[in-house]
Amino acid sequence: MAEEIKTFKVTIDNITIDVPAGTTVLNAARQIGGEVAPPAMCYYSKLQGSGGKCRTCLVEVAAGSTADPRPMPKLVASCRTTVMDGMIVKNITSDKVKDARAGVVEFLLLNHPLDCPICDQAGECHLQDLGYEHGKEGTRYEFARRTFEKEDIGPYIQLHMTRCILCYRCTYVADQLTDKRVHGILDRGEHAEISTYISKAIDNDFSGNMIDVCPVGALTDRTFRFKNRVWFTKPVDAHRTCDTPGCCGNVTLWLRGNEVFRVTARKDEWGEVQSFDGKPGWICNTCRFEKKKTVDWVIEGVTKVNRHSVISQGNYENLVMPKETIQEVMGGREPKLLMDIHDESEVNKPGVHLSEIAGPAHSDVFEENR
Amino acid sequence: MSRKLLLEKEHVPGIRSYEVYRREGGYASVEKALKMAPADIVEEVKKSGLRGRGGAGFPTGMKWSFLAKPEGVPRYLVCNADESEPGTFKDRYLMEFIPHLLIEGMIVASFALGSNVSYIYIRGEYAWITDILEQAISEARQNGFLGSNILGTGFNCEMYVQRGAGAYICGEETALIESLEGKRGNPRIKPPFPAVKGLWDCPTVVNNVETLAAVVPIINEGGEAYSKIGVGKSTGTKLISACGNINKPGIFEIDMTISVEEFIYSDEYCGGIPNGKKLKACIPGGSSVPILPANLLLTTAKGEKRMMNYESLADGSFASGSMMGSGGFIVLDEDQCVVRNTLTLARFYHHESCGQCSPCREGTGWMERILKKIEYGKGELKDIDLLWDIQRKIEGNTICPLGDAAAWPIAAAIRHFRDEFEWHVLNPEECLTRNYGLAHYADPIHVPVMA
Repeated sequence: MAEEIKTFKVTIDNITIDVPAGTTVLNAARQIGGEVAPPAMCYYSKLQGSGGKCRTCLVEVAAGSTADPRPMPKLVASCRTTVMDGMIVKNITSDKVKDARAGVVEFLLLNHPLDCPICDQAGECHLQDLGYEHGKEGTRYEFARRTFEKEDIGPYIQLHMTRCILCYRCTYVADQLTDKRVHGILDRGEHAEISTYISKAIDNDFSGNMIDVCPVGALTDRTFRFKNRVWFTKPVDAHRTCDTPGCCGNVTLWLRGNEVFRVTARKDEWGEVQSFDGKPGWICNTCRFEKKKTVDWVIEGVTKVNRHSVISQGNYENLVMPKETIQEVMGGREPKLLMDIHDESEVNKPGVHLSEIAGPAHSDVFEENR
Repeated sequence: MSRKLLLEKEHVPGIRSYEVYRREGGYASVEKALKMAPADIVEEVKKSGLRGRGGAGFPTGMKWSFLAKPEGVPRYLVCNADESEPGTFKDRYLMEFIPHLLIEGMIVASFALGSNVSYIYIRGEYAWITDILEQAISEARQNGFLGSNILGTGFNCEMYVQRGAGAYICGEETALIESLEGKRGNPRIKPPFPAVKGLWDCPTVVNNVETLAAVVPIINEGGEAYSKIGVGKSTGTKLISACGNINKPGIFEIDMTISVEEFIYSDEYCGGIPNGKKLKACIPGGSSVPILPANLLLTTAKGEKRMMNYESLADGSFASGSMMGSGGFIVLDEDQCVVRNTLTLARFYHHESCGQCSPCREGTGWMERILKKIEYGKGELKDIDLLWDIQRKIEGNTICPLGDAAAWPIAAAIRHFRDEFEWHVLNPEECLTRNYGLAHYADPIHVPVMA
């Protein structure tokens, strides 16, 4: 008889779910989904030991557990705190969390160059999303920002340290995917930087995955740099039989017409690589950098894209509406709409599916008596 | 004159050597402790009420009893000798002049905790003390107090000294453990705590030098007798390293029953302030603890005399009190500039932040830059509020206490010396040529009479 898995009841922002013991608060919140899931810049579920550093996922624990219902004195990093039975967590319902998170976002952006208009990561950058959701319109920092020289580490990857937020994810990739790490954190404090040992090139078969885990544009694909904006390309799921041990061969191709601009691992809704047969779907450098023709690949279909992502703007098919949890958080009350745009305008009626019309949309399409 | 426990024999010539130390009654506690059950030693330390001398003041006996004891897994004792707090230099004195006291305390603690390999992680800058400690360890080994089968009891213990490489952060216990393992000294994310997963993922206790040294008199005289020295929950004696504008800077052992005023002005201790100057402010427990103006330092907000002990120094919490911290007593006279002093501390924390978590990495540098601006007459009034907001967003939101340590001195300086900051902003030229002076910081505080 299979042993029963112990589950804990945890309440996050008034929503209660059961999760297996040992689950972190962040992963429990991700199971609920929507706005309740705290943002995470350094945590990466597929990389052991990651998390706890960026402090964006801080949450308030209003009650530790049923057995010990005392609140925790400080905000805790939800990615590194495991749930207890009867724990009550406040994320978006806590003013303390909102205040601290705004502070963390300000700190992260303090020395960030905000060169999004020329950054290849724009459109799929976690810091951009974070700044959009939690950031302030201006900065209070009036000193010169920290800058570094750009550095090519190996033939495929460029390190743009100025953009780095020191999440340490790439060092975990090097530790856990490759045989020998040749890069790491040098120096400390504000001067801390990612670097290779005396600029030694990283030439491991799996080094390209560092680009995928980088939440910002610090590590970019040299074969794709400045070739295109991600939202002009069309992502399709594809696979090939790869004989590199450890490579899953399942990728996303970023196409424009029939031209393959970029190959990445397949990402899930949290921006992490998807798992295949329970294993993270890392891909090798051959798949990522060498196979840049559609004939190299078996194309499965258009990638599912989040409706709210800028990448969705060129795609009408396979868009995913992210879950909305606000109503549940508010105990069933609906948020008060100040105005419904559809009452005022006939354009973009929700009932009209752009993927079903022939040709570009035109105002006629939305007219009532079409 | 109060009783001395740690520095009782400090002036015996040659006390650094094993022969003299042994002749003066040294290593008696090891002989006594090894006949006791380890659990009884822990009980004795609990009874003594000894609190960690590294800064946080956590009860040592309690810490020891938290140590996990899984079967077949080694346990470690690590002595934190990475004393890097500006203003604190008590451990250096202890290790330099009476090294055997630390070794003796560590042998007892190792036996109580079941640690067969114990480490002293010493600040890299204390290069010459490493030699002194290694000499003391080899003397102890030659005389059968270290090595295998100590005093024929079957207890084995080896002791090693490891030098740090000059990072303040490695005084944080988990960063110390990382560094001891040969890694970059980044603090670990807790839990798990070292008592469960510490050095090489084994249960570990990390104690300050002075804490481990205090184990010796506790075992010699009994926990009960030790707990009778001092007052309330501040038991035993505490080493204070006093510096700044005082006549007699140095190390003093106090029994925590004297007042702050007596400590500063009596000839037995600091000997007053030189050149007839007046007391302006004081940082009573090392650079991380809140600074207090003279009036709040000598009397609490309730109008009581402030004493040199954990409770009294913390009376009024951060609104009107400070902390015992690690006993680094820094005195500022009327000629000192609090803005300048705060800038110096901010520069230190900026330099020492490990850079692992974002609030401390980015915030410490930001605060230093703003303070520099104010100190050099380029500040604006809004900068003071901005500083307050930055420190508030760092405090409590970081992985380790370095963030708090960077935030507290700045918060306290603004809380108590806001008008000095404002004077700097409003008199940008004058502030370059003279200091604000004593102003009202020593004026008696009006204490409302409670009905």
